[in-house]
Amino acid sequence: MTRTMRIRVALLAIVSFAVPSLAVGNEPAPVRNCSWCHGTSLNGYATAPRLAGQPAQYIMNQLRSFHRHTRDNPFSRQFMWGAAENLTPATAYGLATYLATLPPRPADDGNPDLAGAGRSLYEEGNPDGNIVACAACHGPNAEGEGQIPRLGGLSYAYLKRRLEQWGEGYHASALPPMPRIAIKLAPNEIEALASYLSFVR
Amino acid sequence: MRLVMAMLTLQAAVVAIAFGVAGRADSAARNGVSRGSVEAKIEYCKDCHGLSGQGYHGYLTMPRLAGQNSEYLENQLRAFIARKREKDLFINMARVHGTSPDMQAALSAHFRELNPPPAGGGPRQLVSTGKQIYEDGVPEANVPACTACHGPEARGQDAIPRLAGQLYAYTVKELTRWDKERGQSSAADDTRAVMLPIAHNLSQSQISAIAAYLSYLR
Repeated sequence: MTRTMRIRVALLAIVSFAVPSLAVGNEPAPVRNCSWCHGTSLNGYATAPRLAGQPAQYIMNQLRSFHRHTRDNPFSRQFMWGAAENLTPATAYGLATYLATLPPRPADDGNPDLAGAGRSLYEEGNPDGNIVACAACHGPNAEGEGQIPRLGGLSYAYLKRRLEQWGEGYHASALPPMPRIAIKLAPNEIEALASYLSFVR
Repeated sequence: MRLVMAMLTLQAAVVAIAFGVAGRADSAARNGVSRGSVEAKIEYCKDCHGLSGQGYHGYLTMPRLAGQNSEYLENQLRAFIARKREKDLFINMARVHGTSPDMQAALSAHFRELNPPPAGGGPRQLVSTGKQIYEDGVPEANVPACTACHGPEARGQDAIPRLAGQLYAYTVKELTRWDKERGQSSAADDTRAVMLPIAHNLSQSQISAIAAYLSYLR
């Protein structure tokens, strides 16, 4: 462990223990374990995605799939399988309903030059290429609903990796249509979508 | 009697010819598009409308297409493309439903044959009320029996849609918003005008009951 990393971990520990007094509403205690990686406001940090504002059902489904090892991409194996190992359904429910109430902030880290192409793909799909409009399920502002995740404002890198990983054969635990839709996306389409979505609020 | 028999024979012959022509038109339509392109487009439809065409709840409620009458499906595809349906939605429905007439015929023929179990989803306690309204109408509100056009099993016919097994939320939405979603053409050139006063005269609880009944109907 380098010196800067040690300092960062120490800071994270301090900040995350300070969170409860800052948080609005009744924050469940296990949230502290999430904020270690997902950021003190749960708006994502580095490779860990933003959790704030995700629909509760989506969070619960993901926690269950980490627990059952069905979401199996490398970071999930490395971090989330262990994190979800001893999570009870009641705790998962408490976490998910709390996270859904937190205000999401957009990452704004995509390539602005690709946002226009991404928006058109998001809203209209590519009917000639048999790619459906993402907005039909994920909503006009990519807000998601129920088991369908909010995509608006997630980080470019996270969105890009998730869309790529279905094509690489990882089981991301999504229900049927998503893997087969993602497989049809070309690399430049994935970059455009991830860029556009990173700016959506 | 002889005349009646002759007329019946003539009718049968006309029906036979009509069906024969329809059959040929159908296979000609399928010849106009490649098998591979039809299969890819079917998968595209099912990405939103459910893997077996049973309907799907996303941000939008995407209706069941399985078992739907071909003529109705083709009419709806044409209506989307001509911007007579859902033209003000946040998705460009004309573009996402954009297909050639040959493709429309091939897709409609495919979905006609599917028969997955209904997704259900309506409140169970409303089913018996819904069945009664479906079969008897609401005479005091000038609502005729749905069976009159949609049939006792709600399978519809030709341009009249099958309603059996439709998603609860979709039936509720259509009956609640009929004039907004279906009344977007200046010329009333199809059967949707028939439904306008009926949908208007139904109360919200009657709409819920009918939709609940239909959502479980096989």
